[in-house]
Amino acid sequence: MSNRHRIQRLGFILLGLISLIVVMPILFVIGNIVVQGIGAINWEFLTAMPRGGMKEGGIFPAIVGTLLLVLGTAVVAIPVGIGGAIYLAEYARDTLWTRILRLAIINLAGVPSVVYGLFGLGLFVLFLQFGVSVLAGSLTLAIMTLPVIISTAEEALRAVPGEFRLVSASLGGTRWQGIRYIVLPQALPGIITGIILGLLRAAGETAPILFTAAAFYLPRIPRSLLEPTMALPYHLYVISTQVPGMPPRVQYGTALVLLTIVLSMNAVAAIIRSYFRRRREW
Amino acid sequence: MEPKIRFQNVSYFYGDRPALRGVTLDIPPNAITVIFGPAGGGKTTLLRLINRLNDEVEGTRMTGRVLLDGQDIYTPGVDVPLLRRRVGMVFALPLPLPGTVRENILYGPKLAGVRDQARLDEILERSLRLAALWDEVKDRLDDPASRLSGGQQQRLCIARSLAMEPEVLLLDEPTSGLDPISTGKVEEALQELKHQYTIVIVPHSVQQAARVADYAAFFLMGELVECQPGRDLFTTPRDRRTEDYITGRFG
Ligand SMILES: Nc1ncnc2c1ncn2[C@@H]1O[C@H](COP(=O)(O)OP(=O)(O)OP(=O)(O)O)[C@@H](O)[C@H]1O
Ligand SMILES: [Mg+2]
Repeated sequence: MSNRHRIQRLGFILLGLISLIVVMPILFVIGNIVVQGIGAINWEFLTAMPRGGMKEGGIFPAIVGTLLLVLGTAVVAIPVGIGGAIYLAEYARDTLWTRILRLAIINLAGVPSVVYGLFGLGLFVLFLQFGVSVLAGSLTLAIMTLPVIISTAEEALRAVPGEFRLVSASLGGTRWQGIRYIVLPQALPGIITGIILGLLRAAGETAPILFTAAAFYLPRIPRSLLEPTMALPYHLYVISTQVPGMPPRVQYGTALVLLTIVLSMNAVAAIIRSYFRRRREW
Repeated sequence: MEPKIRFQNVSYFYGDRPALRGVTLDIPPNAITVIFGPAGGGKTTLLRLINRLNDEVEGTRMTGRVLLDGQDIYTPGVDVPLLRRRVGMVFALPLPLPGTVRENILYGPKLAGVRDQARLDEILERSLRLAALWDEVKDRLDDPASRLSGGQQQRLCIARSLAMEPEVLLLDEPTSGLDPISTGKVEEALQELKHQYTIVIVPHSVQQAARVADYAAFFLMGELVECQPGRDLFTTPRDRRTEDYITGRFG
């Protein structure tokens, strides 16, 4: 074996070790939650209302609440986000106004989630009088996820070669037809990835729903969008810090359910991406 | 015969930089008109004025008039998508759209509102035959267009333009990426097509210009130097600059 090969070999081993160090903590956290939480998972835990000061029974309303909030977020954020991205990528000229807009979007993506929570409290809960409700929470989460969705979707649209738009126009297509039939389908995997990343964040955050949607203890499914709801991340926060004598099994079980929802959304995103990548032909 | 396309004192600017200067040129129907000259002379710009594809470029300015069948195509109220159906365009690189051979050909007709399946099948076969591609792809109509060879892809692009049943076909260096045999096939196809269409082509070489030209227009730095029937221009050019260029004495 030559010297050069030996050095290369050493490099590979080093890089391998570094990546191991990077993933170790993640694996440890996940492993710990699975080991300690798996014992709590059973049919009752997933489908029953909480009982006995939330120490017994299940977390059904928190699971449903989180799914409702994510759904509500999706209904608002997906159309608005894609529309905004199409406007920025395909129609907006490069003016001072659009530059400010882009800068604002990038910065909004970095704003701490509790700020969104306070904003939602002010606008939706108090000013628009939606109260602490699924509606107010969904809208707050939608506003928090929009910057992510818009910027990833805009990037995906810009990655589609400009020639396609030109060809479509030269065949008598309007600008919208070119976008609708050529550009959007090509950009779809990137757009979907952005949507799922955004919704993932919405599913896991506590701060934005703290003042806008979450109920401390509400052992039933909300009857309307104007009612508050329990939700997994907030419930987890409550049973970890606010209720003395909580069995760790229940805490870890709740964390495991939240983690499973989030990771399976991630997996769906990965599957969609690889499916489209195999189909793409340019 | 009435010219199909007329340029009347057309100047065109990208920002402040002129790309065309006072071009006056008549393009006859049912013939191949060659637009040739050194790089940056404004050939692509001229072509894209005929189907208004340069509308998509920001910060440009035009003076003068461009007429198609005697109608000014830059007057307000012109239906631009309709104009682009009448004036097809083939680009320098083969640019198949994502999707199959069939989807590529039928993209334009479907946008134009053709729904009848029998009619679509007819358009598909007719345009592929016109572009001399039918025999090579008739068993691969539902394969991705990107799997065709470069030469086949370029004829696919020609067929795709023809599927619109245009009156004019613009080709901007359509064979620049092709080998001599594929180039020959494209040129042959054009010779057939000129009986039905008005063809304007930017060739990729002076040799090709001489081979295909019924009429030839020589452009230099945005100016039309001269336009003559091809056999005259390439044997007895009137202008010294044309002669220098076609004999290869040009810097
Ligand atoms: N989109 C654009 N923005 C700014 N300037 C442009 C643009 N397109 C072309 N130009 C300029 O206009 C002039 C003419 O360009 P054009 O592409 O029409 O020339 P051409 O004769 O087709 O050249 P080539 O043989 O290299 O294709 C050139 O100086 C070019 O730099
Ligand atoms: Mg050119």
